[in-house]
Amino acid sequence: MADVAQQNVHQAHPGETRRDFLLLTAGAIGGVGVAATIWPFIDTLNPARDTLAESTTEVDLAPVQVGQRLTVKWRGKPVFIAHRTPEEIKAAQDVDISQLRDPQKDSERVQKPEWLIIVGVCTHLGCIPLGQHTGDPRGQYGGWFCPCHGSVYDTSGRIRQGPAPLNLWLPGEAELASKALYKFTSDTAITIG
Amino acid sequence: MADTRPGATARIIRWIDYRLPFVQFLNHELNEYPTPRNLSYWWNFGSLSGIMLVVMIVTGIMLATQYTPSADLAFDSVERIMRDVNYGWLLRYLHMNGGSMFFAIVYIHLFRGLYYGSYKTPRELLWIIGVIILLLLVATAFMGYVLPWGQMSYWAATVITNLFSAIPVIGPGIVTFLWGGFTVGDPTLHRFYALHYLLPFVIVAIVLLHLVALHRHGSNNPLGIDQKGPQDTIPFHPYYTIKDLFGLTVFLLIYAFFVFYAPNFLGEPDNYIPANPMQTPNHIVPEWYLLPYYAILRSITFPILFISSKLAGVILAFSSIFILFFLPWLDTSPVRSARFRPIYKRVFWLLVIDVIALGWVGANPPEGIVVTVGQIATLYYFIHMLILFPLIGKLERPLPLPSSISAAVQSGGARLSGAGAPLAKP
Ligand code: HEM
Ligand code: FES
Repeated sequence: MADVAQQNVHQAHPGETRRDFLLLTAGAIGGVGVAATIWPFIDTLNPARDTLAESTTEVDLAPVQVGQRLTVKWRGKPVFIAHRTPEEIKAAQDVDISQLRDPQKDSERVQKPEWLIIVGVCTHLGCIPLGQHTGDPRGQYGGWFCPCHGSVYDTSGRIRQGPAPLNLWLPGEAELASKALYKFTSDTAITIG
Repeated sequence: MADTRPGATARIIRWIDYRLPFVQFLNHELNEYPTPRNLSYWWNFGSLSGIMLVVMIVTGIMLATQYTPSADLAFDSVERIMRDVNYGWLLRYLHMNGGSMFFAIVYIHLFRGLYYGSYKTPRELLWIIGVIILLLLVATAFMGYVLPWGQMSYWAATVITNLFSAIPVIGPGIVTFLWGGFTVGDPTLHRFYALHYLLPFVIVAIVLLHLVALHRHGSNNPLGIDQKGPQDTIPFHPYYTIKDLFGLTVFLLIYAFFVFYAPNFLGEPDNYIPANPMQTPNHIVPEWYLLPYYAILRSITFPILFISSKLAGVILAFSSIFILFFLPWLDTSPVRSARFRPIYKRVFWLLVIDVIALGWVGANPPEGIVVTVGQIATLYYFIHMLILFPLIGKLERPLPLPSSISAAVQSGGARLSGAGAPLAKP
């Protein structure tokens, strides 16, 4: 008798039973529960609040002469601040950007043409390019040269040669901020972050 | 009348074995375990790897009792181990050079497998488990190398974790997640330490699986033919325990030579400079055992189709190990041992030369001829794996195989009378 009843149910909804429905919903809710439990474990590995809090740096630009470059530390990384000479600015602006690997106009990379502010971390594998000190190799475009695998950057910090795929990041750009994370608080001071 | 009852120890063992067949198991797997009678010294490297794993765990735990995993203190704590802790220098040099020795042994073990076709039926899973151990070993050694927090530690960690940034879209997020911050830093060091402590024990578990798989069908042997009966085998103990011990002694002499006379020969002097996140050393090189992968990584200086050169390099460097998983099916020859494979026997050495060439490339700055050699050697590696292995198996005419291990041993120089008879325990 019971067998017959069971068969009837099967025939009414071929391939689908109440049991299937219960299994699926229970499974789905269980799955969501497991995922929600695992997430905190994974999230502990993400940057902690104190690490995030370290993330603004104020810089006084007044002592930086034209042609000088200054390195400051922001979120544990070097930020390159270059007080560019008129020639450097012109060289950066005159490039035909369609020739570039990561096409970007110089004006998209600076807020004031004299001040180039970029993260000093090679976009290849994270070494710190040379060029901040007088006497450092700066590569053939007068910008920066990465000693690790030979990437060459121009006076706008754009990639020109070597294995790096992208231009040197603007502060915050690598962390997917929509615009560069620094602002001029006066003519000669900036806050990064 | 003499007392014929078993002694007290025997009775205790019997009591335990009846409930947990542990002694029985050890006896079966390590004492009477039938082993091909013709194993050469190339078969020593398996047990040597096992011993090195134990050495690494013992020295590692002792180091861990003195080491501090914090960006501010790590470097100094290692220097303290070197200068102030009693025999700390010995522990550290044993652990440091032990890593190198471990890899040397594992690589010889792996190439032994390649030469004698040890990855073929029915040992495919045994081989695959071995490749998994290699991957874990690479990860463990890499994270260990970061712990002393010298310049090389720091920049090796930076460059290697940055490999993941090559993954499109989610790459940069993954890297921040791995670091637990915006650069390699204190949180990174802590988690690497936790994993460096954990992974060796995972390796122990997987080594046990490796042994279970090994003992299912027994060792391969230089002839690459199956055991056909008791006349082909000898008990593991005392024949191979003694041979393994002899090999161990020779190995320990070499190990001790490095530890006592050239402890820093295999390392990089830059790692005695404390980590400086604001300055990259001029030449970053990984430890010697990772050089070939590093060479492959750097050899791709051009995009492949729509894949950027950076991502392509990363994919190929990982593939160079992953491809080994498929070797049992890439090699189409039914004959295991290269002894009976006239073409493979020679081509095998090309792979050895190729890997050494890659090592050389990885150690040198990527300029001029180094880049070209690197690109050719990388190309050859994949041609060898993907084209030569299947092709040679099809084209080659293997030499006739001996009818059995004992028959071959008998005709091949061993003129002792009764060489074909089973060897019992002495
Ligand atoms: C598969 C086994 C292992 C390998 C291949 C390995 C490899 C390494 C390497 C290459 C280093 C860097 C040595 C140096 O340059 O100073 C290192 C450091 C270290 N390892 Fe291991 N290790 C292993 C197992 C372990 C275990 C099981 C522990 C702890 C339980 C451990 C604890 C440490 C500590 C505390 C350091 C830092 C001290 C130092 O640098 O000498 N290791 N390991
Ligand atoms: S990290 Fe700069 S070129 Fe590779």
